[in-house]
Amino acid sequence: MVRFILSKLLYLVPTFLGITVIAFSFVRILPGDPVLLMAGERGVSPERHAELTAQLGYDKPVVMQYFDFLGRLLQGDFGNSLVTKKPVLTEFLTLFPATVELGLCAIIIATLIGVPVGVLAAIKRGSWFDQISMTAALVGFSMPIFWWGLLLIILFSGILGWTPVSGRISLLYFFPNVTGFMLIDSLMSGQKGAFTSALSHLILPSVVLATIPLAVIARQTRSAMLEVMGEDYVRTARAKGMPTYRVIGVHALRNAMIPVITTIGLQIGVLMAGAILTETIFSWPGIGKWMIDSISRRDYPVVQSGLLLIAALVMVVNLLVDLTYGLINPRIRVK
Amino acid sequence: MTDTSQTNAPVKLSDAAIRRRMIAEFWFYFSQNRGAVVGLAVFILLVLIAVFASVLAPHDPTTQYREALLVPPVWQDGGSASYLLGTDAVGRDILSRLIFGAQYSLFIGIVVVSIALVGGIVIGLLAGFFGGWVDSVIMRVMDVILAFPSLLLALVLVAVLGPGLTNAMIAIAIVYQPHFARLTRAAVMSEMKREYVTAARVAGAGNIRLMFKTILPNCLAPLIVQATLSFSSAVLDSAALGFLGMGAQPPAPEWGTMLAEAREFILRAWWVVTFPGLAILISVLAINLMGDGLRDALDPKLKRS
Repeated sequence: MVRFILSKLLYLVPTFLGITVIAFSFVRILPGDPVLLMAGERGVSPERHAELTAQLGYDKPVVMQYFDFLGRLLQGDFGNSLVTKKPVLTEFLTLFPATVELGLCAIIIATLIGVPVGVLAAIKRGSWFDQISMTAALVGFSMPIFWWGLLLIILFSGILGWTPVSGRISLLYFFPNVTGFMLIDSLMSGQKGAFTSALSHLILPSVVLATIPLAVIARQTRSAMLEVMGEDYVRTARAKGMPTYRVIGVHALRNAMIPVITTIGLQIGVLMAGAILTETIFSWPGIGKWMIDSISRRDYPVVQSGLLLIAALVMVVNLLVDLTYGLINPRIRVK
Repeated sequence: MTDTSQTNAPVKLSDAAIRRRMIAEFWFYFSQNRGAVVGLAVFILLVLIAVFASVLAPHDPTTQYREALLVPPVWQDGGSASYLLGTDAVGRDILSRLIFGAQYSLFIGIVVVSIALVGGIVIGLLAGFFGGWVDSVIMRVMDVILAFPSLLLALVLVAVLGPGLTNAMIAIAIVYQPHFARLTRAAVMSEMKREYVTAARVAGAGNIRLMFKTILPNCLAPLIVQATLSFSSAVLDSAALGFLGMGAQPPAPEWGTMLAEAREFILRAWWVVTFPGLAILISVLAINLMGDGLRDALDPKLKRS
């Protein structure tokens, strides 16, 4: 197992280096002088320009610049935002919990609904439930979620007036940021109504973000269940007179869950892409909105390091999924 | 493949007859999937709408009728028969814009899939055919591209290249291309072991001929399925880029861009938001349904079960 983990880790090194090359070249490919770009509309005097160029290392050969960049990364220096002047890593870490909270809620919703629906559809293959749920899954899978979010806002915020349109919590509540998760912090603050407010802000964005993973999980669960139900050991369990719920719950479901867990894990990339759109629609102060805002403000250090951090994050999560898979399924390890 | 077909088969079919049989068999399996047939019908309708947009559309998609701002659809109070689905905030006919928008979506899908498919096939063929370090280098580069969430990488690429439809299409194609490269590589590697490839090599076929004429035609099935699925994702992602202001620029009647312009009116005029999104959903759904059917018809494993 140790060998399996090490080989997987070793495999990541070239990919990670590739990610840094892409993030590095991103700013270098931009047309124009990087110093002038950072100076913005105010411009910069020729002396100051030369000074900044030397200070930022732009007078060195490109390869040297890349190694400087890599060296700074390894020391945890991801550069400073041009707009707020704060370190990018600090900004990332401040906003990150908001995205994690949203993403976790979305994946919980998607799993809690998707898995039972998939199992039921497989058991009742060909029934009206199967047909309706799989049609719904296909619609969900094809959904432009930025539009879906707008529709839900029209219905629940506009017509019914049940949920707020944007943000994480009503401005009436103020409490210290302990965990960064609004649901937990609001509960700990003990203020009346704070938790409900946080929850009502969270519900629509997480439903929107859950839509595509939910569809994928339901479809994957159904096909995994169908495959497992045809296996010999399920037939044997049936033949020896085991009650149906045990056959399904113990023999079929456990084995069908292996690919489903992988699918759930691999949704992190989908969630990150979805978070960009969802956070934009609901003005959710997380990583996705931060990236979009930085792109439109031309805050290139943030875009560069943000891209890098998100890709590294997705990579690490995928590795964890791979390792879990190896843990559950010994056949993978041996290979 | 012509090199190996010199045997005396009992019944010799002409190439055209074989092709007809293959198409008939394909249609048999494809048409068993009702959803796929519906998807195909909707898709053909969409193509017709795009082709005959200038005939079908009641108005010019960019003309602003200043006397008719935010007119609701015809069936609602205050609706007008000359603007069936209503008008937007600057008085443009929504139906006409949707009709012309179909051109954008299909065009984007075709361009993105073509670039990604051709690039992916060439790269995948090289990796699978030559193996060794060529394969390792190519596949590591593909891994790097796949490490980024696709929409995020496309966004950043567009930020580098500059917002606009052309750059958005290029960015999306770059992001999709590794999927095709991986599929081609896997298919090529399994075909390389077959005897007909050895036979062709012995008969003196060069590398280029082996790659493109001998092996590639036998790897097409998974690529066709992936192309269909990428087509629908391309429509979806380009609409998302348009929505974020990074795709087609106003006043282009691209569906995602229309939604971006409509955002501030969502609580006042539901129709400016609802119809463009519905158009995206219906198109993407139709193409996905078609893709499911294609997979059923082209995947030999599923076919016989």
